[in-house]
Amino acid sequence: MTLSTELELQAFVLLRLGDRRFALAAHHIAELVAPSRIFRFPHRTPKVEGVILRRGRIIPVCDVGDILIGKSVLARRFYLLAVRNYITQKEWVAIPVTGECELINAELTPAGESDAPHVSGWLSHNGEVIEVLNLDALTPGPAPTPRHRPAPAFVEARP
Amino acid sequence: MSSAPTKASSSARSEQIILFRVAGQLFAISSASVQEVRSVDSLAGSSAEISAPTLKKVRHTVQRGDKALFVVNGAAHFGLPQTPGGLVFVLRRTRTALLVDGIEKMTSMTRLQSLPSAFCREERAWYRGLTALDQTVIPVVSPEGFLTPEELALLDSVTAAQESSEGGTQIPQ
Repeated sequence: MTLSTELELQAFVLLRLGDRRFALAAHHIAELVAPSRIFRFPHRTPKVEGVILRRGRIIPVCDVGDILIGKSVLARRFYLLAVRNYITQKEWVAIPVTGECELINAELTPAGESDAPHVSGWLSHNGEVIEVLNLDALTPGPAPTPRHRPAPAFVEARP
Repeated sequence: MSSAPTKASSSARSEQIILFRVAGQLFAISSASVQEVRSVDSLAGSSAEISAPTLKKVRHTVQRGDKALFVVNGAAHFGLPQTPGGLVFVLRRTRTALLVDGIEKMTSMTRLQSLPSAFCREERAWYRGLTALDQTVIPVVSPEGFLTPEELALLDSVTAAQESSEGGTQIPQ
């Protein structure tokens, strides 16, 4: 392998949903944690199940199974905590996965025009062609309008 | 990647909150936002029916002083199963009274985390944020989030139409 091709390799985390594997750029991944209690409360955003509490941080759980494999991920083994970019800040989201995750280095083939918005590219690993996910398109969030002003991540309670 | 949140310092200000239930779901509201807590029975004499077919969460108004407040059914507002409701919170600085099942307890919170941005629909108006109490996450409701300006305008027009045609009707005891 030449130096030039080595430099094109990027780190990805492979995750499993049902029978399929997908990839996320490793720099988006914060933690892989065992499933914990989901706190549910009324809301109207599709694909958000509720929140988990992780070391004092409240993290939304986004079930992306419907989009990626056509059904919800019920038998979950881990939550992949990933960093999602919003307009002016980054926040963690929890993605339920059904199997072990794996860190690999691979070369990214950018997505084409015909690919879905949640696909940022493709990689080849052990003879398998794997979708690299665009978390910002895959998980819900506000429409990117300049008028959106997100609240700070933490605010002290008012007396 | 952002760093983990720092713990609230012991000097952090706290906010008194009321934990209440609607259809089994626990919510919190700042006690400073609640002007009055009344039983449904005690308000029956000062309430009137209102019929806005497109806004079924409001079925009654209640007269408090010179103001008519719209009674929002908490279960209908949040899309929860209907329950009879036992208490009404008269919310300060709003034209809303909130029908809830009951109060769980009063307590205080020292930290309110903003609603994660993944929640991007009406709930952004419903909640001030989330708080963690005893390893449980509880949504903290926004008193202004129960009726939008458009809904208030609709209710005002319905009230005016009813008053001009027949006047208010009392809730049957």
